[in-house]
Amino acid sequence: MRSLATLLFLGGLIFLLTVLTGNLPFGNPPMLVGDAIQKGAADEVGAANFVTAVVLAYRGLDTLGELSILFAAATAGGLVLGAAHGGSHQRPAGFILRAGADLLFPLLLVVGLYIVMHGHLTPGGGFQGGVVLAAAFFLPLLARPGETLSHPWLSLVEGLAGTAFIVVGLIALFQGHGFLAPMFDKGTLGELVSSGSLPVLYLAVGLKVGSELASLLSRLASDDEVAS
Amino acid sequence: MIWMALTVVTLTLGAALAVMLLDNLLAAVAAASVVSLGVSVMFVMLRAPDVAMTEAAVGAGLSSLILALALRRLGLIKLDLSEKGKDGDA
Repeated sequence: MRSLATLLFLGGLIFLLTVLTGNLPFGNPPMLVGDAIQKGAADEVGAANFVTAVVLAYRGLDTLGELSILFAAATAGGLVLGAAHGGSHQRPAGFILRAGADLLFPLLLVVGLYIVMHGHLTPGGGFQGGVVLAAAFFLPLLARPGETLSHPWLSLVEGLAGTAFIVVGLIALFQGHGFLAPMFDKGTLGELVSSGSLPVLYLAVGLKVGSELASLLSRLASDDEVAS
Repeated sequence: MIWMALTVVTLTLGAALAVMLLDNLLAAVAAASVVSLGVSVMFVMLRAPDVAMTEAAVGAGLSSLILALALRRLGLIKLDLSEKGKDGDA
């Protein structure tokens, strides 16, 4: 009976979505802001990746809100999970995981930093690169369960990165522009050092996201005397 | 292109069904990761590489890792290392 009701509900939902999407023209976005941004972003912001121009220049305040939500979530997770202990009773990982972690750690570090630093040129940016960086720092913990990350250092990096983001915004504010408005020389479109303060902001975002997620993951992974 | 899209959609829907139907929780987490991977391929097809990168890094990588770690912490998956552990124990 219950599964029948679930099936009925699912069928209704599929019907609704089919009707709704059937009436939409495919590939014709109803938004009109996109055209204006695509025309003006290269000159106004100087970022080759327009998504970054939107995320950090046109909607920088929203990104700050996103960062604070992530910060609140990571803080709450840390509170619930408690301080990290070194799980010394855990057994060491196998040879393949240890060798793979040693091999992948520098690779992931380079890829993560590349994604963060090239956020204004190619797809990607602070959030994606930060997640890759967190994974890079979590992998050795998986291979050697006795070790822990240094949480004071992680908190320091996280706090400094968050402060740097806000300070860059405040500098723009005191220079007479809006909060988090793009500053400095735009440079030539498509070069690594271009588009003013956007790479700095994305570096701050990447470090903050990476340290937050790495600390969350290491807290989650350690201290599991409940299991095993 | 349409066949590729159909293949990815079928794979994603199949993985989503597997998440609900599988009894093994770790396998369900892996299937959820496959769902995210399929969705990220679809984002690439729709020319949204930024969203695809986020989906692949967060959805396929991080969230499945967090789910698996949470399962281990809750004791819902057993790591039966203690029985057959003769190698690597130093």
